[in-house]
This record gives sequence, structure tokens and C-alpha cells, in this order.
Amino acid sequence: MEGQPFLASPLASAIGVWIGAFMTLMIFSFLYKDNPFYKFAEHLFVGISAAYWMTVAFWTTLIPNLIARLWPSQLGGVLPSAVGNQVEWQYLIPLLLGLILLTRLVNRIAWLSRWAMAFVIGFAAGTNFTRYLQSDFVSQIHNTMVPLYEPGRTAGVTIGSIFSNLVIVGGVICAIIYFYFSKEHKGTFGRAARVGIWVLMTAFGASFGYTVMARVSLLTGRMRYLIEWASGQSW
Amino acid sequence: MKRTIPLVITFVVGLSLIIAMFIPHSPFHELDSQFSIFYDVIAVFAFILGGGNLLKVHFNKIQNKRRDWKYSLVTVSAFLLMLVAGLFKIGVPDGWTGDYQATGGLFKYLYDATFQPLQATMFSLLAFFVASASYRAFRAKTREATILLVAAFVILLRPTPLGYYLTFWLPEPLKFLHIPNLSTWILSVPNMAGQRAIMIGIALGIVSTSLRLILGIERSYLGSEGRG
Amino acid sequence: MANGNKTTLLDRFSNLDRRVIFLLIALAVIIPLIVNYTTYIPPSLIVQTLFDKVEDMPPGAKILISFDYGPSTVPENQPMANALVRHALEKGHRVYLMALWPTGARQSQQLIEEIIDVEYPDKVEGEDWIHLGYKAGNQGLINTLMSDVKAMYTTDIAGTAIDEFPMMDGINTLRDFDLILALGSGFPGTKEWVQFAGDPGNIPVGGGTTAVMAPLLFPYYPKQMVGLMGGLQGAAEYEAALIERYPQLSERSRIASTSMGPQVTAHLVIIAFIIVGNITFIFERRRSRKY
Repeated sequence: MEGQPFLASPLASAIGVWIGAFMTLMIFSFLYKDNPFYKFAEHLFVGISAAYWMTVAFWTTLIPNLIARLWPSQLGGVLPSAVGNQVEWQYLIPLLLGLILLTRLVNRIAWLSRWAMAFVIGFAAGTNFTRYLQSDFVSQIHNTMVPLYEPGRTAGVTIGSIFSNLVIVGGVICAIIYFYFSKEHKGTFGRAARVGIWVLMTAFGASFGYTVMARVSLLTGRMRYLIEWASGQSW
Repeated sequence: MKRTIPLVITFVVGLSLIIAMFIPHSPFHELDSQFSIFYDVIAVFAFILGGGNLLKVHFNKIQNKRRDWKYSLVTVSAFLLMLVAGLFKIGVPDGWTGDYQATGGLFKYLYDATFQPLQATMFSLLAFFVASASYRAFRAKTREATILLVAAFVILLRPTPLGYYLTFWLPEPLKFLHIPNLSTWILSVPNMAGQRAIMIGIALGIVSTSLRLILGIERSYLGSEGRG
Repeated sequence: MANGNKTTLLDRFSNLDRRVIFLLIALAVIIPLIVNYTTYIPPSLIVQTLFDKVEDMPPGAKILISFDYGPSTVPENQPMANALVRHALEKGHRVYLMALWPTGARQSQQLIEEIIDVEYPDKVEGEDWIHLGYKAGNQGLINTLMSDVKAMYTTDIAGTAIDEFPMMDGINTLRDFDLILALGSGFPGTKEWVQFAGDPGNIPVGGGTTAVMAPLLFPYYPKQMVGLMGGLQGAAEYEAALIERYPQLSERSRIASTSMGPQVTAHLVIIAFIIVGNITFIFERRRSRKY
């Protein structure tokens, strides 16, 4: 198409598919044994990946959330919508903290970077404290208080529902008991901890089964890509 | 100063965010949003630090001709090519004002041709290693390992015809042992109980660690200066 | 080796070259893809409740879909996205697409190009669907959206002012959405939507995650999450429910179901590996006790 950049043309797209297919085969070659093709693809991935995340961070955070707030008039050629905005001086704080973080590279003044780290740690701690307490602690205890009989909770027989609810309540309590190491796991406490291990092993078995499913799904995706490339469907 | 100021920063920031949860009005409400943006900006500088470190390590390798130094050339070249393509919006139809990920730009092209297939393939390799591990390492040596194995078997059998035909003949009172039903029950009852217990334990750990960090009891992030 | 230099069958199995295992798994995936082996997976309760939630909402409901995944998990997450968007548009809901991951915006764009533009050309951008794109901030973004959506999203992904879109009228905070569907594969993802939006704002949250993460999110169901698709199987289950309700989609909405064919054969191969591995282990143990 006239006026279309070359990299948007069908030819460039086809070349891109071939490059992607060769990259895929280079990585898969590791399954036979470690070889220069795999090493090449691996090192290429490290470089491309690091630059990708840096570029994304630059254009999606640094420009709109720092430069555009401190020097909006300077961004006419890049972010026209920011021109005319008021300067927000409070954004000198993250600029200062960010520059302080870079002092980590200079041993003599590396201690300054702890100020930036302190902000990051404080933010993470303050955010996580309330969210985990609400969603992963209080709500989970609330959700565990299930009635012994709840029609429709699990389809089927009433006895099945009662049994399931007992397993849920007992399972959660016993598994939590297992994680309590301040008391020796002896007697009734020890037996409850053992039941807890069984509940946890069941959970890990389910996780393993789902992990296998996840990995195979990703392989299916890649194989589908290679089959479409080999048959010419994708280029 | 080396120790006190970071502790004060952590305390003030952490406490403000906790208060903002309970008093969602000015100024705490604004502090919550502002601090989120500050955090992201500082994270960008951490990316810059990481990128700088990557270049430093690989330039060192190239300069001293260490083992596999030629591959370091590949890493550095790929890094610089992608970075320049993205930062300078090379090939982007609308130039500087266009989207850095626009179709036609070199950045998007490299993303589609290299980053996407490489990342997807790296993850798909795991399927092979999971299969190898299943053969070599997954042993029913103890009662607990057997429970794990049985649960995994039921989950793996659920979508398969074998899973259906193994148990479809069971009479109505034993229908709960039909593999698809049993799989659903395992996921929504014992798995859920176990994961919930783990979730509660992790939540308690995070809450206590967060409190220790905010109150300055935990100072390991300050490094050697933080001890005592 | 026992019995002098003679290599027994047991030795062969014990010392099986892992490349043989790799080859068998590869064939277990490739052959079903070539012969197009498809399998039907009936929806489980956790997927059915998610389907019912979308189905039972009156037409015009506002659904926010967050694309929180990258190219590495496209085979699992993209079929979920496709099925959800098809369902929402068939039902006449209003779909708001956004992303917490920068790579997620690329996937939502792909969905628009492959599904919305092709199958629903009558749906109008800005009235039936809108692409808000990616904004940095992870869970901080969710936090900010809880109080002011338009402060973060001043334009859509193409740069058009947000107030020009009729479907953004009345959208001031996340609480103005009827349902949030989070498609995740890591951090930030579905869990963060529950923690930062669902629980504090009492907003219904559902969605899908990779199979690795799905068992970890079961504790949130049903009180903190309305439903969940777990991995490719979850996507196939949702497709099955969708096709049963909307038979006209049976030819189009099949990507997860056709990908389940290789899944089934690979599962059987791995089960065989585990069984053979354990049998080998038992015989080896007996042999070592004997000698």
C-alpha cells in the first residue's frame, strides 16, 4: 500500500513471522543439548527484554507522570496534551528520591539510596497491611464460617454438603495448626497437624495437576504457531 | 542521619497509607494517589539502575574477553537497538507525537518478531521439564506423597476420555466418585481449605512484617547500618 | 547395573534419556493439532457461575475487562478474553477494555482487530465498547481508579478525550461498573483486583487466570469472586457454556476446545510417565534390597 511504512507491510510481517519461527526453534534446540543457537537466542532475549521494560517505563511513567508534571511546557513535541498544564511542584519529591536511588552506583554515597528504598518499603508495607488483612485474613475467616447445611452449595446429596462443609472447616483449622510451630506436634495437636498435612498435600496435588495443564497449554500455543508457519498459513 | 531519616520516611509513608484506608478524605485520600505515582516514578529509576547494571556487567565481560563474551555483544547490541528504537520512536508514522508502540515502528516490529516469540517459547520449555520431572522424581514414597499423587491424577484425568470411562459406570449413590465430579470436589473443598490456610498464614506474615517495618523494628533493608 | 554387563529392561527404563521423554511430549501435542482433535469439556460450577453472572445482567450492563497478561500466557488467557467479549457483546453489554500490564494492551488490541472488528462490525466504538489501554501503577492504579477513573484515563488509547464517548457518562469510579473481569497471569492480576477493588468497593469481580494460579484463587470463590476460569480448561468450559446458549457461535468460539485436544493427550502421556516411573522405582528398590 502506498504511503504505508515498510515495517507495516505484508512482506515485513512475513519476515517477522520467519524471524519468530527461527527464534522459537533456536530455543527449542536446547532440548537436544546446549548449543550456540540457544545461547544466542537467550542472550538476545535478555537484551531485548530489558530494553522493552525500560522503554515502556519511560514513555508510560517518566514522561506523563514526572516530566509532564514538572516541565509541561517543554513537551509540546512529544505530549501536546500536557502543554498548558500547571506545574505540580510536589513531583520534585519522586524526582529527588529517584536520583538518590542512582547513588547506589557510587560506593561513597550509596547510603543515600536508603532514603528512596525507605519510601518504597513504607509504601509497600502500608498498602499491603490493610489489603491483606481485609481480603486474605478477615474475609477468609469469615468465608470459612460455613453452615453445616447449605442447600445448593455443592450439587447433590445433603449429606455430601454437610460433609464438604465439615472438610472445609476442619481442613482449614488443621492446616493452620500444622503451621503453628510454637507448640510441639504431639497428642491431639499432633494428630490435627497430620490431618493438616494431608489437606495441604491434596492442595499441592491439585496445584501440580493444574501446573502441568498450564505448561502444556503454553507448549500447545507454540506448536500451533510453528505448524501455522510451516504450512504457510501465517505469512 | 544515615539510619534515622529512612526510618522516619518509612514510618510516615506507611502510617499515612493505613490512615487513608480509614479516613478516605483530604489530605489522606490525595496522599494515597500521590504516593502511588511517586512509587511508580521511583520504580522507573530502579529500571534505569537495572539497565545500567546490565550494561556494566556485559561491557566488563567484553572488555576482559571472559567466557562467552561474544554472547554479551549480542545482549548489548539487542539492548541498545531496542532502547533506541523505543526512546526515539524510530519508524513511528506520527513521529514524536505518535505512540511508541504504533504499527510501522521499529519497536513494535522487534516486539512482535523477537520479544513475543522468545518469551512464549521460554515459558513453553517448562512443559518438557515438567514431563521429565514427572517421570524421574514423582515417587509415591510416603503416605503424604501418595495423597499428592492421587489428587494430581484425578485433576489430570478430568478432561480426558479415560477419566470419564474409568468411572462413568458407577451407580447413582457413588456418582460423587465419578472422576469429573471428584475433581471438582477436590478443587472446591480440600484444595480450597489448604490454599485458604496458606493464604491466612501468608497474610499474617505480611501484616506482621509490614507492622515491623513501619515501626522500625525490622531494619534489614537498611543494610549493615540498620543493625541494632 | 545388575547381572554383569547385561542391560535389563529395568535399566533401560531407569536410565531413560530425557530426550525420549521430550520427544514423546512433543508428539503428544503436535499430532492432535495436526489431526484437529477436539474435545468437549462441560462447564464446572465455578465457570458456570461466572457465565451466569454475565448472562443474567440486563443488556447495557457496564463490564470492565482488564488484560493483565503477556505473550507468554496468550494460549491460556486470550481464549478467555475472546469468549468473554463475545458473550458480553452478544448480550448487548457495554465493554470497557483496559490493562494493568503494558503487554496486555497489545492483547486487547489484538482482540479488537480479530473479534470485535470482524465479528461485530455493528458495535460502535464509544457506545458499545471502548479501549482505554494501559496505564502504569499496578495495584496503585486500581486504588486510584476506585476514587477517580477519569483522573487516570483522560483519553482512550488513541488519544481521544474521554468525555467524548457516550459510554463514559456516569463512569466516575470503579463502583460505577456492574462487573469487573480480570484476566491475569501474575502480579498485578486477578488477586489485586479482588484486594483493591472487589473487597473495599463491594464490586463483583470475576475473571480468569493461568492454570498455575487458579487453585490459589479458589479461597476467594464464591464470596469475593463471582466465578473463575482456570487455565485453558476453564476457557474451554466457558466456550462450552457459550455455545450451548448461543449456538450461532459454535464455529467461531472454539479455539480453547481445539487446544484441549493436545492437552488431553499430553495429560495421558504424563500420567503414563508417572505410573511407569513409579513401577520402575518399585522394581529398582526390590532389586537393590535383593543385592
